[in-house]
Amino acid sequence: MSFDNIYDILVGLVPGGLEWLAFLVAGGILAFAVINAVVMSGAIYTWFERRALGRFQSRLGPNRWGPFGLFQPFADVLKLISKEDVVPDPADRVVFHIAPLFLAIPVLLVFAVIPLGEDSFLGQLNVGVLFIVGVTGIHTFGVFMGGYASRNKYALFGSMRGVAMLISYEVPMALALTGVALAAGSLALSDIVDSQNIFFVVTQPLGFLVFMTAASAEMSRAPFDMIEAESELGSGYHTEYSGIKFAVFQLAEFLAPIATAVITTALFLGGTKGFDPIPGQIWFVAKTIAVVCFLVWFRATWPRLRVDQIMAFAWKGLFPMSLLNMFLIAVEMQIFQDDAGVISGDSLIIMAAINWTVTIATIVVFAHLLGQGRLRRPAPVPSPLANMAEGG
Amino acid sequence: MYGIGLVKGMLVTLKNLVLPSRRFTLHQYPDRKVGPIGLARHNGTNVVSLALGSPGQFFRSMLGLVSIPDRYPQHPRFRGEEFTWYEERCTGCASCAKYCPLGIIEIVTDPSGQDMQEGQKYALEVFDIDIGRCMFCGLCVEACPYDALHMGSGFEEGRYVRNDLVIDKDRLVSSSKRPSNWFRPQLESRDNDPRGDSDVAWQDAGRHEKPSVHDQEERWAKR
Repeated sequence: MSFDNIYDILVGLVPGGLEWLAFLVAGGILAFAVINAVVMSGAIYTWFERRALGRFQSRLGPNRWGPFGLFQPFADVLKLISKEDVVPDPADRVVFHIAPLFLAIPVLLVFAVIPLGEDSFLGQLNVGVLFIVGVTGIHTFGVFMGGYASRNKYALFGSMRGVAMLISYEVPMALALTGVALAAGSLALSDIVDSQNIFFVVTQPLGFLVFMTAASAEMSRAPFDMIEAESELGSGYHTEYSGIKFAVFQLAEFLAPIATAVITTALFLGGTKGFDPIPGQIWFVAKTIAVVCFLVWFRATWPRLRVDQIMAFAWKGLFPMSLLNMFLIAVEMQIFQDDAGVISGDSLIIMAAINWTVTIATIVVFAHLLGQGRLRRPAPVPSPLANMAEGG
Repeated sequence: MYGIGLVKGMLVTLKNLVLPSRRFTLHQYPDRKVGPIGLARHNGTNVVSLALGSPGQFFRSMLGLVSIPDRYPQHPRFRGEEFTWYEERCTGCASCAKYCPLGIIEIVTDPSGQDMQEGQKYALEVFDIDIGRCMFCGLCVEACPYDALHMGSGFEEGRYVRNDLVIDKDRLVSSSKRPSNWFRPQLESRDNDPRGDSDVAWQDAGRHEKPSVHDQEERWAKR
């Protein structure tokens, strides 16, 4: 069911000359359905993440309200809605009010171009990858606006860190997606899904690793949750937020993993492809859930990186890796592609073998270049005054 | 090698998720939610007979609205709040007040009381215990020569106002008699359960039976 289907039905119903009305209504219906479905899945995801984190950390998680605590998200939202909406006195009010929207809307927009079946909801958008990269870039504005408008030192710290980190990690993420676009020969997500006879996670492991790392930084979760850093900054850019606006921030934050998982599924895990009796939509959802489980697992396990480590990892580690990946894919495309402009058959396997070798070699080399000692600060030189008491 | 530590850490958390031996042993005070299976097990039936017998409760448990008490087992010698006091055993000697290290027991007596068997005795006008400052050392219970004062077994005496924590004589008299077994071997030997639902009568709380009139005349008078 895409926009075109709904539009075709509605155009038959309205009199001539009112096509714009059908256009609006079709868009409204589609947006209503998609946004509700996505927000509900986000609500269920918050429950899932809290329960799963609890099990990972040997505790229970929310379990009081409903069976297994399933109604907890609704209780949370009701509580947040009924709380007072505090705006700090020196805050920049307009920016303060619209900042949550800048976080929530991009995440919802991503779902418009995801090919859940044959098509995405918007039909064939032929610049799907560019759309995703561009739209998720707006997220940075939301973070900065939230921190700046609060007129709070910790919020500003958090948002400045966030802007630096998000912009840095957008570069390797976009470059990793370039490899996918090169191999598929198209920027449309449905074409990319169609071209994955062997999933890109197999043929482009380096790109997949770089994309997953950069994406988990983009959605600012552990181990890259420097923006929020509860133990250091209060809660970063949304320190001053409360009530419904805080709920919108949380919504965006909890929708981000779903959006990431959906993008990863479409770009690297073959989207709707699977073996036959099971329909494609179920394959898509199953792969998405698997990726989400991995994201929760990462969050439950890895500790937060320091600010300089995060930036160093982006520019010294992921950026060269993604460049190398792009270069490699481009050269391989030039060598292996057939007349139709795609790689198929045996050359695909050769390409996968080359890429896996290069991936492992790259990780080893980068580990030696900037692993362990390289990211560590130099040992402080003791002051010559430290031993004065003994010497004198 | 770079990256191995990440995988090791992920295996540790995966063990927490998967291994049954890593499951928490946790009591969800004061109660926990149960589904139909847990409710049937708690009632001592099976799911089918629960669904047939009480469909309303079955449906509520399907919705996750039924909770059953879930408490950690408590030792009978637990020194709890809400002291148990037997007016019939108390002579108003105020030993408890003297031995209290914090001085939080206040006793006012009057020589007008009537004992049921022996006639005249002290009547207690005031018997206040300020458990807001009590440290539950139990010295008052140790000091009581007539086993009139016992520790309680509760721990849920939270109040909003500090004055409400003072246990006065009315509350001591009217509260249910569930003495703790602490420093009371006679209760322990009879397997008294302070968390049970039967009161201990004042005749049973003492260390020994009261000597009969014959005993007093024959043995004690000639001594």
